[in-house]
Amino acid sequence: MWMGLSYVCWGISAVLALWMLYDWFKVDTTYSEDMLTSSREGELEAVSEKHRI
Amino acid sequence: MTAAVETAQTTTIHGDRVSLLRVLGPAHVWALGVGIVLVGEFTGWNFAADKGGALAALIVCWIVGLLYTSVAMIDSEVTSTVAAAGGQYAQAKHIVGPLMAFNVALFLVFAYTMLEVSDAILLGDTIVAKAGVEGLTHNSFIAATIVVLAWLNYRGVLMTLNVNFVITAIAYISIVILFFSVSPWTQGAVLKLNELVTPGNALPYGWIGVIAAFQFGIWYYLGIEGTTQAAEEVRSPARSLPYGTMAGMITLLIAAAMTWYVCASLMPWEYLGITYYPLWDAGKLTGSPLLENLLFIATLLSALASANGCINDAARAWFSLGRDRYLPSWFSAVHPKYRTPYRSILFLLPIALAFAFIADLNQAITFSILSGVLQYTFMSINIMMFRKKWPLGTIRRGYTHPFHPLPAIVLFCLCMVTFFAIFLGFGSQLIAMTVFYFLISLWFHFYRYKFVRRGDQFSMPWPKPQGY
Repeated sequence: MWMGLSYVCWGISAVLALWMLYDWFKVDTTYSEDMLTSSREGELEAVSEKHRI
Repeated sequence: MTAAVETAQTTTIHGDRVSLLRVLGPAHVWALGVGIVLVGEFTGWNFAADKGGALAALIVCWIVGLLYTSVAMIDSEVTSTVAAAGGQYAQAKHIVGPLMAFNVALFLVFAYTMLEVSDAILLGDTIVAKAGVEGLTHNSFIAATIVVLAWLNYRGVLMTLNVNFVITAIAYISIVILFFSVSPWTQGAVLKLNELVTPGNALPYGWIGVIAAFQFGIWYYLGIEGTTQAAEEVRSPARSLPYGTMAGMITLLIAAAMTWYVCASLMPWEYLGITYYPLWDAGKLTGSPLLENLLFIATLLSALASANGCINDAARAWFSLGRDRYLPSWFSAVHPKYRTPYRSILFLLPIALAFAFIADLNQAITFSILSGVLQYTFMSINIMMFRKKWPLGTIRRGYTHPFHPLPAIVLFCLCMVTFFAIFLGFGSQLIAMTVFYFLISLWFHFYRYKFVRRGDQFSMPWPKPQGY
């Protein structure tokens, strides 16, 4: 049973790793680099926090 | 919860902009912090007994508990104000400066990646120990742990931390069940603390043994500061982060005390100090197959929860470095559907796998602890500078920690003692890491910093610091 579980673990690892690589490729070829890296630190804070004491 | 996800998804994509999702609450913050740490109760803390005896393990449980209470209080105050992914990295950037921030981010990535590696090795070794089958190795279980959890993190932070909440709660409840199953109010029936810890063997190496035990006492609480990495993904950072972090710290103090009491009452310190599975062994020693199996499963779940939280935190620290161009901005990509730092998660995945396959468990743990203690030392200095530059009343704080500067001083002093303890056991690793951080700092200062957009990196809408 344990050896079987070990093979199942290898299989799951390979499938999920391949899926992530496929999704990575799909996303990077679908969206522009500017859009994917457009996140900015503190954006929401600047809107919601006025820092009035 | 679904409504919250939908709301966040429609409000945080502005045209061509994409950012992390604000979907987490205090329970997720608790699950992240306690999830990372709880594995330390299932293995790690007990090596303190090998260094200084069972009583030393209890003394460091309390003293290191004080260190981490200071960490939790300081972290809660600063993070409730600097609510950005990267946690202590973002704090260092705004309060100390870019070079410190770069180093702190590396401390974070090293601490969490090495802890993830240790968790995966522990999980693999535990399954192999349980199976007892010749020819079965831990490699497949290590690979599955790291890849499945990376996939979970890739698919979204909400599900990642929902899973962490459930498995951490099960692991925690198993400690409570074990505690109440051994009649803790009665000595002699199951527990034999008065026979196993006597005045003659309580501190076999004296007080120097207590100092040496600090290194492993860290394991009771290592990683609770990881809650701050969720700062950019919680709905209300000023409320959720202090609440989740302090609740997590209280939970861990209780778990640590129960764990020590049960284990020290069931095993002689000579064995307790060398076993890899103190709680699982405690379950076996009760003679109950149910408890034995429960503690076996809880050991696996605690390792899974810890590795899961570590992947989450390391990826966010790496992502933040990319976003500020401290590293190539390629790492700062956010997945447009799952809203996770997917490139950072994928980049760190093979690194974790490589270390897990080639590194020794003790080496991985030591590198994780060293990076953690370097980070705590920074935090004690950071809070002093924060209060000096922006005194109370100048900016809005979600939480203000009491007794300042006492927690910062206590934290700094205890970090120095811990460095000495690490030097006693792993002096060469300590020196090697110090040299590494020195060299990487030179690289950042003389080469990498010229790529940074200096005005963009300070994002908090704060008034000018006092004295500037």
